[in-house]
Amino acid sequence: MTKTFKLEELDCANCAAKMESAINNMPEVASATVSFMTQKLTITTDSEITNDLMKKVAKVCKRIEPDCRIIY
Amino acid sequence: MSKKQKKNLTRILCSAILLAVAWLLPLEGFWRLLVFLVPYAVIGYDVLFSAVRNILHGQIFDENFLMALATVGAFFVADYPEAVAVMLFYQIGELFQSIAVGKSRKSIAALMDIRPDYANVLRNGEAVTVSPEEVEIGETILIKPGEKIPLDAVITSGETSVNNAALTGESLPVECRVGDTLISGSVNLNGVVEAKVKSVFSESTVSKILNLVENSASKKARSENFITKFAKYYTPCVVIAAVLLAVLPPLILKQSFAIWIERALTFLVVSCPCALVISVPLSFFGGIGGASKAGILIKGANYMEALSTVDTVVFDKTGTLTKGIFSVSAVYPQNCSESELLELAALAESYSSHPIAASVVKAYDGTLDKTKISDVQELAGRGIQATVNHKPVYVGSSNLMDAVGIKRKDGDTVGTTVHVAADGKYLGYLVIADEIKADAKSAIEKLKSIGVRKTVMLTGDADAVGRAVGETLGIDEMHTQMLPNDKVAVVEDLLQEKNPKHTLAFVGDGINDAPVLARADIGIAMGALGSDAAIEAADVVLMDDKPSKLVKAIEISKKTMRIVHQNIVFALLVKAIVLVFSAIGLAGMWLAVFADVGVMVIAVLNAMRTLKVSTVSR
Repeated sequence: MTKTFKLEELDCANCAAKMESAINNMPEVASATVSFMTQKLTITTDSEITNDLMKKVAKVCKRIEPDCRIIY
Repeated sequence: MSKKQKKNLTRILCSAILLAVAWLLPLEGFWRLLVFLVPYAVIGYDVLFSAVRNILHGQIFDENFLMALATVGAFFVADYPEAVAVMLFYQIGELFQSIAVGKSRKSIAALMDIRPDYANVLRNGEAVTVSPEEVEIGETILIKPGEKIPLDAVITSGETSVNNAALTGESLPVECRVGDTLISGSVNLNGVVEAKVKSVFSESTVSKILNLVENSASKKARSENFITKFAKYYTPCVVIAAVLLAVLPPLILKQSFAIWIERALTFLVVSCPCALVISVPLSFFGGIGGASKAGILIKGANYMEALSTVDTVVFDKTGTLTKGIFSVSAVYPQNCSESELLELAALAESYSSHPIAASVVKAYDGTLDKTKISDVQELAGRGIQATVNHKPVYVGSSNLMDAVGIKRKDGDTVGTTVHVAADGKYLGYLVIADEIKADAKSAIEKLKSIGVRKTVMLTGDADAVGRAVGETLGIDEMHTQMLPNDKVAVVEDLLQEKNPKHTLAFVGDGINDAPVLARADIGIAMGALGSDAAIEAADVVLMDDKPSKLVKAIEISKKTMRIVHQNIVFALLVKAIVLVFSAIGLAGMWLAVFADVGVMVIAVLNAMRTLKVSTVSR
């Protein structure tokens, strides 16, 4: 399943790159891309993308860039 | 400016004034520290806060930490004005960068401003305004002048002209009547039309194009991956180098730690790889956005990169270099008039469904009296035998004439020759040709001038016809009489032959050439407006059917890659120089902040140049 989420207050390109690799390292996620330009996060997983998973993803992102929010 | 940017601007101004005041006050010792701490707090509180918070989150050595460390360090060595000024300078740079990035985001969004906001759908005889997503297939929509066409639909009443500029980059309006298909995303210019919806919004052309451009960011180019990998090793290396710089020289040279720690901090500030991390994807994104405005959809940064190194271009002939429409280009009568010859040929061909027959029938402008003709027999691959006015008539190839023993005349005109003979007498011939597109020849010439080494044409047509077209256009290599499978084989051979550093592009019209599109390094589909299959199969989609768009696409990719390389070289060079300078103590914190933020702003501004694409095809 692939879903795209909007990111708010994504101000730092380096952080976007770090977030991307951190989300990619999550075992539940098959692949993820963070586009700094379009401010979008695209996640692909083998199963359903649940709210719980998104909470985990948001937590991972928060560690890297506390200002950035994922709209899900 | 956004709210946040305005707030930061106010902070910068306040802090600058406070700094000037603190400078002028004749204070000493503790009081002096205190008056400088005020502007420092105003300008730097968020940086300090983020630095502490990020360390707690395990994110050490980010920009905030470096800036906090450097300025707090300056306070410790009683360099108060410098501490405030450096922080101030850093914030000014950040503000500039944020404005520049916001601006380019906006201009890209404007480029993609083809998304229709609403649709007027006729329900129970009334026009209701709804969001395009809510309209179903088969419903009728009403489109007024000046409105965006919300969904792909077929006109059921009214006529108008439509501007496709947002999709194809061509501003010449297209006339549309009942039965014509309107493409979503184009603009209705002058008439009120009703149209029946052909596909739901998520399947419409405009959604497909928007998706494609937005998702293009996920296909990263080698240079982007290089930057990500580079940053991964670069940051730890720089940190280790900074620690060594702070510790080793004082121990070996027995100098004071303070100097070398300051140098190490400067070193760290310089080292931030942000300029690269921002500007490289921004350049690609700008290039893709600019290209889409010119009616060229590039499905990813990787294809942008591949397109810039094309040295072999393989063309499909029909529909790509030629219009794919056969027409009678010349009539050479003998022993009869031109119209007699045409009438006879048209009568004989009137029962055939072959495209050549259709073109002969079309060329005759009188009405055909089909009672005159009987006993029509199609001779596969040769022509037609029939009885007209009780006389035997043969219409067809040279082979046919030879077979029935009629002496024919051969012209040197290029195209398919159709001979006509009646009652054992030769009456002359027609030449039928597929017209070459107006800009095909100049496009081939331009391809050569921008670095394409070899052009190849593949066609299923007869050798003479294919060769003639190829020679007229100045194509290097022609392969004629090819079956679809042969085309793949030829492309495979060409892939083997070419220099591995360069790429091979195949250009087709997206019909029947999916395997070749897939096999080539870059598959380019042409004339894709309204053709879903082509949009999906190809890596690069040219929305209209002009070969000159290919030249434009390669030019855009070359320009984008040039800007990417400029930014990489510029940023790395400035940083390397300032890193060396700071290590040997020639660069202060000022220069370090410039090397970080200044370089980034310059790189972002340079990257924004990729957005500018002249939409007028030359």
